[in-house]
Amino acid sequence: MSLYYVQKLIYQINRDENIRRRFDENFNDLLVDYELSDEEIHALKKPDIGLLYVLGVNGQLLMHYAPLFGIEWFDYLAAMKQGIEEHGPVRAGLYAMTGGGKSFAKENE
Amino acid sequence: MPLVYAGVCSHAPGITGRKHLVDQASLSIRDEFYKKFDEMRQQIESTRPDAMVVVAAEHFANFFMDNMPAFCMGMADFYDGPIEDEKWLGIAKTRIPGNPELSLRLIKSIMQEVDLAYAQEWKFDHGIIVPLHFLTPKYNLPVIPVNINCQGPPLTPLHRAKIFGEVLRRTFDEVPERIALIGTGGISHWPCTPDSGKINHDWDARFLNQFLNHDLKGMTSYSDEETYTEAGQGGFEIRTFITVSAAANGPGDWHYYTAELPVFAVGCTLARLMIN
Repeated sequence: MSLYYVQKLIYQINRDENIRRRFDENFNDLLVDYELSDEEIHALKKPDIGLLYVLGVNGQLLMHYAPLFGIEWFDYLAAMKQGIEEHGPVRAGLYAMTGGGKSFAKENE
Repeated sequence: MPLVYAGVCSHAPGITGRKHLVDQASLSIRDEFYKKFDEMRQQIESTRPDAMVVVAAEHFANFFMDNMPAFCMGMADFYDGPIEDEKWLGIAKTRIPGNPELSLRLIKSIMQEVDLAYAQEWKFDHGIIVPLHFLTPKYNLPVIPVNINCQGPPLTPLHRAKIFGEVLRRTFDEVPERIALIGTGGISHWPCTPDSGKINHDWDARFLNQFLNHDLKGMTSYSDEETYTEAGQGGFEIRTFITVSAAANGPGDWHYYTAELPVFAVGCTLARLMIN
């Protein structure tokens, strides 16, 4: 689990034009620069927005990543809900901050 | 005549980016909110500010967990924004003037009491550009951005947000420029999560009552765990309200709130404080 690097990659894609260009031109080459697990690489490339949410990616980053793949707002929200159903509660990060990793998403209460 | 205006406002990206997704029945509420935002602009303009200091809770546009300051103030000639996609946010990319010389004086003074980072490069995200879109739509008023870490735990403690506000006020009192102070963010909301659109109306009412009554003891009494559970991660942004309240040192004398625009993903809030 290397949530920090997943989030750093998305952060840099969102704000750095050079990183964004590498993302557009050769995503595989860009991914090598980050310490990522196979599951994280799979989620980023697909993209599996629901799994990225469950892995703990902050929505303030994730909501900008989804549109890069043409995912509209309500589809983005639905993808996260589906991710919880498929993969279980959020595993790390802010959304697992309290409650021993229990997600506080309404759907899981 | 240093601090001439103190207020807070919501900054959610949906306010501009999803205005077309408001349901037909709520269009009048949306337009009333926009009208109140413009009323706030007029209030600010009537105080003839030389600069606007915007205390925001930015969202990984400039600051990340590789080097996250508790407090940071801009010291740039200009600021570009929005960093987000123009169509997504509904705001065209533009350049906002800064005032680096004023920033330098403020920063040097604030540093006497608060460990303040500074930045000579800063790209505005929705946390600042959405308020500016309404409050200084010609982008002709010099802006000095301030960030409080409300996003990446461990977060800036609430009582330090209060102290920061007190120091801001003392610093503003030292300079001849007329300064408008705007805090942006909160109150309860679960933005960009599966619970987007959810609002804890009772929590909002309690915090807003504390804010409008200048109850700093009450405003700084929340634990992050309590805020997260009851008000969502968006509730962490109350830090900006606390700072502005401490700087103004007075109660509210004008405000607007509606929880009836869920597609904006926040209880839309505007407020002005008396300056004492």
